[in-house]
Amino acid sequence: MKYLDEYRDAELVHKGLDEIRRAVTRPWSLMEICGGQTHSIMRHGLDELLPEGIELIHGPGCPVCVTPLELIDKAIAIASRRDVIFTSFGDMLRVPGSDEDLFHTRADGGDVRVVYSPLDTVKIAQQNPDKQIVFFGIGFETTAPANAMSVWQAKQLGVTNYSMLVSHVRVPPAMRAILSSPYNLVQAFLAAGHVCAVMGYWEYPPLADEFKVPIVVTGFEPVDLVEGILKAVRQLEANRYEVENAYGRAVTLEGNKPAQELINQVFIECDRKWRGIGTIPLSGWRLRDEYAGFDAEKRFAVENINTRESPLCISGLVLQGRRKPNECPAFGKDCTPDHPLGATMVSNEGACAAYYRYRKQEA
Amino acid sequence: MTDDPATLQGLVCPTPVQQRDRIVLGHGSGGKLMHDLIAKMFLPAFDNPLLRAGDDAAVFRLSACSRLALSTDSHVVYPLFFPGGDIGRLAVCGTVNDVAMLGAQPLYLTAGFILEEGLELDVLQRVVKSMREAADEAGVQIVAGDTKVVQKGKADGLYINTSGLGAILTGIEVGGARARAGDVVILSGPIGDHGIAVLSARGELGFDAEVQSDIAPLNHLILSLLDESEEVHVLRDPTRGGVATTLNEIAKQSRVGITLFEKSIPVRPAVRAACEMLGFDPLYVANEGKVIVIVGREEADRVLELMRQNRYGAEAVIVGEVQAESPGRVLLKTAIGSHRIVDVLPGEMLPRIC
Repeated sequence: MKYLDEYRDAELVHKGLDEIRRAVTRPWSLMEICGGQTHSIMRHGLDELLPEGIELIHGPGCPVCVTPLELIDKAIAIASRRDVIFTSFGDMLRVPGSDEDLFHTRADGGDVRVVYSPLDTVKIAQQNPDKQIVFFGIGFETTAPANAMSVWQAKQLGVTNYSMLVSHVRVPPAMRAILSSPYNLVQAFLAAGHVCAVMGYWEYPPLADEFKVPIVVTGFEPVDLVEGILKAVRQLEANRYEVENAYGRAVTLEGNKPAQELINQVFIECDRKWRGIGTIPLSGWRLRDEYAGFDAEKRFAVENINTRESPLCISGLVLQGRRKPNECPAFGKDCTPDHPLGATMVSNEGACAAYYRYRKQEA
Repeated sequence: MTDDPATLQGLVCPTPVQQRDRIVLGHGSGGKLMHDLIAKMFLPAFDNPLLRAGDDAAVFRLSACSRLALSTDSHVVYPLFFPGGDIGRLAVCGTVNDVAMLGAQPLYLTAGFILEEGLELDVLQRVVKSMREAADEAGVQIVAGDTKVVQKGKADGLYINTSGLGAILTGIEVGGARARAGDVVILSGPIGDHGIAVLSARGELGFDAEVQSDIAPLNHLILSLLDESEEVHVLRDPTRGGVATTLNEIAKQSRVGITLFEKSIPVRPAVRAACEMLGFDPLYVANEGKVIVIVGREEADRVLELMRQNRYGAEAVIVGEVQAESPGRVLLKTAIGSHRIVDVLPGEMLPRIC
């Protein structure tokens, strides 16, 4: 397939790996931010081929994983109402809340539907004027434009039975939080290519300067990942800390301006709690006050939610790159993809699920 | 991070381990949830040696008769009609194939219809005609049936259950437990066509994929192999759960490891493109007209040649091999030369979100 096969070319991958081998003189720890990158690394077994001493730390870039438990419990409470059609991206249905997941809500008679785009939800709202239609608006900068568009469109069309349960998160504040942690092990970042396709990478130079950390915008295919790692290693070896773009075919410095404008029109930055990590200042988006009428948390009284996390799950440490999934005592035993204790075992992009699917022999 | 380890610990408090106390859709996906349901619910209740064999059909002998293979399958596909097939063709081919996978010539089918009040007779007529055509192609007769009608809203138009009986020729020994180290894994053609065709017909792709379902009766193909070679050890059709799940079943039944070569696995460009966009792995997407043949190495080329002479095996290729190491596991040698596990699908296959 064009635009894909050339980035999975075995010869090019091994050429890049050879260059990394030649560049490396001592151990380095790199974090790939995005869960999509983690998944790709595991799926293609890339970590197995890297020279010894190059360690990949898996970042918190899995939107399903970091959505706080309270929000999932609120989603379940809203989705259980008989006057509601609740829509969500598929992955969220399997994330365990305190007691159950959205699949259970559906098995109990809740009208829970998987959609591929929030704009489909607006259509469902128009087709069902006697119901309340709620979309679970989660994700990083990648899903934000379409989610913002759905709210904007609902307002333009006067669709009043549509609302969104918002738990949007942003990458740069999370990178800052990781670098500020006393436990930080990250020496260089592979920035998330798709996030940068939307947002550009103009937010990163101050981070690279302040923390003296190389940041390389990186894609998702094996050739992309190898190139990102090579650029990061070369910087580390030369004691440079710059922002480089190794995903030029999709990313520009400015990013997608119309998408950013749409996001800014509908959303405003806010503090956001990340599951397993805690609250990170200004790391999320909420609906602006002029769109507050579309906020599902305000529309439905779901304030008093008591959450209960599994005591066995260490996903917080995994999401911070402080533990590898297979270092968790529950990994592959009490916690598996069909019986997840934490969100990192649910999504394709969760580090635990990626390890389980592709590296179970190490459990 | 903003929380120190102490606070992090404070985030968690005791919770009961989640138990699934109700049926969810994933229980029907052919993945791990379904296997658990069979292992924990159905096997203990119905336990007997024939069921415990865990193959697509039960094999037994009535005194003085040839050995027989018996299988059953229910069909609930939505929509009823999709590119390359319909629920009727599926209901016949699914059971014909399950019987054939044990090396049997399928002879007779039964058909049970659950019809929803309000279903148009014309729709039923088209489905029945399609069943007749598929049965003729397979060379089977539908010899008994049942019809039930449920209230509107209690079914999705039409469900069909079929059971099939076939006779096994003397000397044929195939089954999921017979793969041996050194064997070769052959796949009869490109994978994922059926799953993507149905998703596309549902309008759930958000784009048009020009993919036809591969539904086909495979009994003639299979019997042509068994006629010519005594080294065919395992036959199985990778339906729900796809090639990955089917090979995991075989690896566990035979207590062997199986290695797949990523480069050799055939996937049509349109299926691959759809899978890339949705975050699916074609190895887990359903097929309804493909067979995995595990055969002794010395016979592999001859069996491959035989398969390619049949229209349903024209694109057959060798995709892997069986080894003694890593029993019960399926490994993939990736295109870039690394190895990874190919596991059973947990529950429903879901699209990724970004």
